[in-house]
Amino acid sequence: MPRRIADDVRLILREHGRLAVDVGSLADDSNLYEAGLTSHASVSVMLALEEQFGIEFPERMLRRGAFASIGAIRHGLEELIGADA
Amino acid sequence: MTPLAVARGPLEAARRIAEAVAGPTADAVDRDARFPRETIDALREARLLGALVPRELGGLGATVRELAACCEAIGRACASSAMIYAMHQIEVACLVRHAATSPFFREYLSALADGEWLLASATSEAGVAGDLRRSICAVERHGDRIRVVKRAPVISYGEEADGMLLTARRAPDAAAADQVLVLARREDVRLSGSGEWDTLGMRGTRSLGFSVEVDASADQVLPAPFEAIASETMLPVSHILWTSLWLGIASDAVSRARTYVRAEARRTPGVVPISALRLAETVAELGTMTATVHAGLADFEEHQNDPEALSSLGFTIRMNNLKTSAARMAPEIVARSLGVCGLSGYRCDSPYALGRHLRDAHSASLMINNDRVLSSNAAMLLVHKEE
Repeated sequence: MPRRIADDVRLILREHGRLAVDVGSLADDSNLYEAGLTSHASVSVMLALEEQFGIEFPERMLRRGAFASIGAIRHGLEELIGADA
Repeated sequence: MTPLAVARGPLEAARRIAEAVAGPTADAVDRDARFPRETIDALREARLLGALVPRELGGLGATVRELAACCEAIGRACASSAMIYAMHQIEVACLVRHAATSPFFREYLSALADGEWLLASATSEAGVAGDLRRSICAVERHGDRIRVVKRAPVISYGEEADGMLLTARRAPDAAAADQVLVLARREDVRLSGSGEWDTLGMRGTRSLGFSVEVDASADQVLPAPFEAIASETMLPVSHILWTSLWLGIASDAVSRARTYVRAEARRTPGVVPISALRLAETVAELGTMTATVHAGLADFEEHQNDPEALSSLGFTIRMNNLKTSAARMAPEIVARSLGVCGLSGYRCDSPYALGRHLRDAHSASLMINNDRVLSSNAAMLLVHKEE
C-alpha cells in the first residue's frame, strides 16, 4: 500500500508540480520546494491528490511542511486514508 | 544626549519626529520627488532605524507592534518617509528572525544598530512579471566569495541605502523558486541606476531601476531558504507595516476633515453643518480600517513564533486579505474626507489640503497589485477549508 501511494504522488507531481527536475530523480525525502515547487503549483498538486484519493486535506495539513517532500505527502495521505477506513 | 527613542520609547520618538520634521518637510519632498533626508536622519539620530535589533545586539528590542505604531505616526505626516521606514524594518525583521543564529549576521546586526544603517529591498527583477517567489539571477560561488548580477526594475531609495537584501536563485542550476536572500552592503555592490521616479504619489521613495552587481562573502547568504523567510516574516511584516502607514494617511485625512467640520460648526452654532453627516460616515469607515489593521497585527503576534502556523494557507490568506482590504479602504477614506472638506481640501495651499494624501493612498493597491494578491488567494481557497 505505501508503495502504491508514493507512485501516485509521483505521477501527480509529474503532471501538476511543474518541477524543475525529473520526478524520478527525487528521493522520498528530497525537498520539493528546492526542486522548484511553487506555491501555485502546490495548490494544483493538492487538488489533484484530493481528487485521486477521494479525500480532503484538513486545514491543519495545509502548511508548507506537509508538502515539502514525497515522504511528507505520503505520510499525510496515509493518515487521512487510515482515518477514513 | 540620550537618543530620543531610548529616552522616550520608539512611539513617542516617532510621534515627535513626525510632528517636528516629517510633517513640515512632506510637501517639499512630494513636490521635488526627493529622498526625505531630514526625516530619515532624525529617525537615525533617535535610534529608530535599529529599533528592531535585539537589546543584546545593541538595538532597542522593539516589537512589530511598536514599529507598526511608528509607521502609522510617521504616515500621518509624510507617507514617503513612513514607507521608507517600513521597508527598512521589513528587511531588518528578516535578518533578526532568520539570520541571528549566524555569527556573521549577529555581528552585522550589531553594527547596523550601532551605525543606524538603512536597508533597502531588491526583490523585484526584470522578467519574472512581479512574482516575488521566482528569480532569474543566481548566486555564483567562487570559493568563499559569491557573485550575483541582478536587473532590478525597482529598488526604493536604492541610492541612499547602506545595504540591501536581494533575492536570487540558490545556484546557477537551481529552480526559479529555489531562492535565497543575500545581504549586499554598500561596499559589496556596484549599482547603475536607470530612469527617473516621477510618479503620482509616494514620490519621496525614489524607486528607481538598477542593475546590481554584488561581490560578497559567502557568509552573506541568509541561512534560511527564502520561501520560509517570505511566508514567515516578509509577507506578514510587510502587510502589517504597510497597512499601518496607510492607516496613518487615512487618519490624518480624517483628522483634517474633523478640524474642518468643527470650524464650520463654530461659524453657525445651532446648525449641524451638512458636511458633518459625511464626516460621521467617514469616521465609521476609519474605525473599520483601524480594526482591520489591528486584527492583522494581533493575528501575527499570536503566531509569530510558530513557523508552521505562519506558513499555513489560512494565515497567508488572512494576511493577503489584510493587505487588499486596507489598500482599498485607504484611498476611499481619503476621498470621503476630501468630500467633507470640499474646495478647502481640493486646494493645495489650504491647511485642509488632501491632494498628497489622495495620491499617496492610491499607491496602496498597486504595490504588489491587489489583483495579484487576490488571485493568489483565489487559488489557495480552492483547497483551503474553513477553520
